[in-house]
Amino acid sequence: MRPVSLAEIESLAIGAWILGTGGGGSPYLALLNMRRLYRAGTVVQLMDPMDLADDALVAIVSNMGAPLVGQERLTDPRTIERAVRMMEEYLGRRFTAVMSLEIGGGNSIQPFMAAALLGLPVVDGDCMGRAFPEAQMTSFAIHDLPMYPLTLADVRDNAVIVARAESWKWMERLSRTACVAVGSIAATCKAPRTGKEVKECGILSTTTKAMRLGQAVQAARRAHRDPVQAVIDIERGLRLFTGKVQDVARRATEGFLRGTATLEGLDADRGHAFRLAFQNEFAVGWLDGQVRVTTPDLICVLDTVSGDAVGTETLRYGQRVTVVALPAAPILLTPKGLEHVGPRAFGYDLDFTSVFR
Amino acid sequence: MKRVGIDVGGTNTDAVLLDGERVVAAVKTPTTADVTSGITRALADLLAAAPTAARVDAVMIGTTHFTNAVVQRRGLTRIAAVRIGLPASASLPPFVDWPDDLAELVRGEVVMLEGGHEYDGRPIVPFDAAGMRAAARRFREAGVTSVAVASVFSPLDPSCEEQAAAILAEECPDTAVTLSHRLGRIGLLERENVTLLNACLLDLARKTARAFIDALRASGIVAPLYLTQNDGTVMLAEVAEQYPVYSFASGPTNSMRGAAFLSRLADALVVDVGGTTTDVGALRHGFPREANNVVEVGGVRTLFRMPDLLSLGLGGGSLVTLDPLSIGPLSVGYRLTTESRVFGGTTLTATDVGVAAGLLDLGDRHRVADLPGPLVRRAVQRIGAIVEEAVDRVKTEAGDVPLVVVGGGAFLVPERLAGVSSVVGVEHQAVANAVGAAIAQVSGEVDQIFQALPREEAIARASRIAADRAVTAGAARDTLRTVEVEDLPLAYLPGNSLRVRVRVVGEIAAGGP
Repeated sequence: MRPVSLAEIESLAIGAWILGTGGGGSPYLALLNMRRLYRAGTVVQLMDPMDLADDALVAIVSNMGAPLVGQERLTDPRTIERAVRMMEEYLGRRFTAVMSLEIGGGNSIQPFMAAALLGLPVVDGDCMGRAFPEAQMTSFAIHDLPMYPLTLADVRDNAVIVARAESWKWMERLSRTACVAVGSIAATCKAPRTGKEVKECGILSTTTKAMRLGQAVQAARRAHRDPVQAVIDIERGLRLFTGKVQDVARRATEGFLRGTATLEGLDADRGHAFRLAFQNEFAVGWLDGQVRVTTPDLICVLDTVSGDAVGTETLRYGQRVTVVALPAAPILLTPKGLEHVGPRAFGYDLDFTSVFR
Repeated sequence: MKRVGIDVGGTNTDAVLLDGERVVAAVKTPTTADVTSGITRALADLLAAAPTAARVDAVMIGTTHFTNAVVQRRGLTRIAAVRIGLPASASLPPFVDWPDDLAELVRGEVVMLEGGHEYDGRPIVPFDAAGMRAAARRFREAGVTSVAVASVFSPLDPSCEEQAAAILAEECPDTAVTLSHRLGRIGLLERENVTLLNACLLDLARKTARAFIDALRASGIVAPLYLTQNDGTVMLAEVAEQYPVYSFASGPTNSMRGAAFLSRLADALVVDVGGTTTDVGALRHGFPREANNVVEVGGVRTLFRMPDLLSLGLGGGSLVTLDPLSIGPLSVGYRLTTESRVFGGTTLTATDVGVAAGLLDLGDRHRVADLPGPLVRRAVQRIGAIVEEAVDRVKTEAGDVPLVVVGGGAFLVPERLAGVSSVVGVEHQAVANAVGAAIAQVSGEVDQIFQALPREEAIARASRIAADRAVTAGAARDTLRTVEVEDLPLAYLPGNSLRVRVRVVGEIAAGGP
């Protein structure tokens, strides 16, 4: 266990936004909350998952909803704290630590916001290694761990406990319905995990991985080197396309932000076009009409100059961006993993072939 | 068609008379502390040089006055802020993430009220009109002159902001009100930031615009007065005074557009050396390359579209010491003609170094004859190296590209630079900003809800309306280009409703609207 500095949380915000693959919501607003909490004297502790006792109880937290909504209804640490407290009351047990559901985007910082108010440590890891839009798209689901109970807190005096669900799909449907009802944004505490479950089924050390990714981008900027190349180098990624945003079609449906974006090639890609489809996160990319990359490979759209990630809700006409693929966690690439997070899980009748094969 | 373009910079006020594509006359005068007398003087000089300037179709003023006010923290009004959206967004109040010094200067009472909307148009909770009325009465008691109002999801449903404005109009009718949905789109904090900045600039904007109008009238020129905006288009001064934030960064936009116009180059790097700062940017297809994502103004996050510039604290007025060598970032600014050595002052500036090195002939060169030659050459080399590094950082493509040099301090740029195919000097380079202001464009915009149409058809229809509006406002149809397309489905309205926003700009047509 060690204290986390605010500088590390700043780096985490940069790295996690890249791992968010367009979704997960910008960590900026969560970071602003952390700056205010640190200014008030808070210091959050980071815990190595291997230090968890087998019978320890870990709260898996996340902010759920459409990223676009999060740009207006801004994340608040008290809401995520309420979701965790509600779970403790329901279980009649206290948590040992909190952990992120997804390291991609703002949910990388949600456990830090919860931990700051709860006085608990944050576990170094998550259960996606990136961001995904739905409840069953986690390593815990791929390992068939139970998906309930779940608590959901709204900024108003509304709270929901999903006591049981027959399957992950049902948990997704029930919790998503509640989330949409309260405005497509809610704080949730997912099914609690034991220390043993976290150690065996979690995707570990992703918090510190995201911090290092952010530090690499910051170092490249300071040295006036190409930050996009720094991302590719540290994550062994692949540059897929460099271009300019030509069109963005977005719609907020069923609690998600869905749509497509078309890029017109620049520099070496001049004369070519790249199309991206997204459901909160980028799911599939086509180069000149041919499938080039699909989930679960990480499809990251980065600002060509700054290396900052560009989210599906912040894509704008005229932006100059580079599409980069990063490797996914091995558990996601197994046949069972692909059932949960492969292209068919997003409604695309495509076989997954990693760009890294 | 004849136009007068004026650029009010931190150091110089420049004016040009353009007849079609020809620069008829150009003058340069020092900016004055009150700004207006500098403009009066520039217009008098211009009329003396070209009496036909009295009969022009339009006068365009580009000014960095409002940006500088924010950056230098002067001339700003203390304001009240109203955020409508509780219980949502409570932990991040207005002015969060502002630089402390700026927030302390302008932050008056901050009121957070219940209300706002969901993405689907439902209210979050009912609007707290009683709380708004109570706050408005406190504002009146406290003598608040300007209020910024931002409500959650107001770009989708502005009714809470409009109700707040109506209550403010009843309770404190003399208070200026800036509503966030008029200035920005989705993204509460950035939209609110722009609203707050606009509110604290309103007093200054009103005074400045009125002073511009008075200066023009006093000069005897009878023509509509426009202020240039950050996207290279113009707005009538009477309208622009309500939206000072739209003029942010219009100075660099004007200088880059002026550089493109004067050099006839569409793709090039541009370096604009002013009195206090040097801006380096890139032209693509004749327009400044824009910065992606978030742009900060004086340390405040906004979602404005701005030229992607690298700014250096280097200019003709930069303070210089020779041994040990140091250059800038402090500058004598508009006091160059009284404080620099060649003009009889005692402060050594980059201009003095340029005169000593024989790069230009200005003032009295005997006053710098005592400077040691080797030290002067070292200073000139250092300045060249600073420019060279900046140009390299702005370049995004391999291969050598042309570099257009503009601005009053252009003499500081060496004739040869690494990574540059040629250093292009242009006629009237010292007044490129004013030329850019004179050739500013006209825009047409539509922001409308379309029902029961496929997305493509709705956008096409919106584009046609925007184009027609631009032409009505004076743009030449064959020069129109779309600069912004945005559509947002409104799930809560029946019949496949889509809100479409399109912005089109074009060159001013010969002969006017």
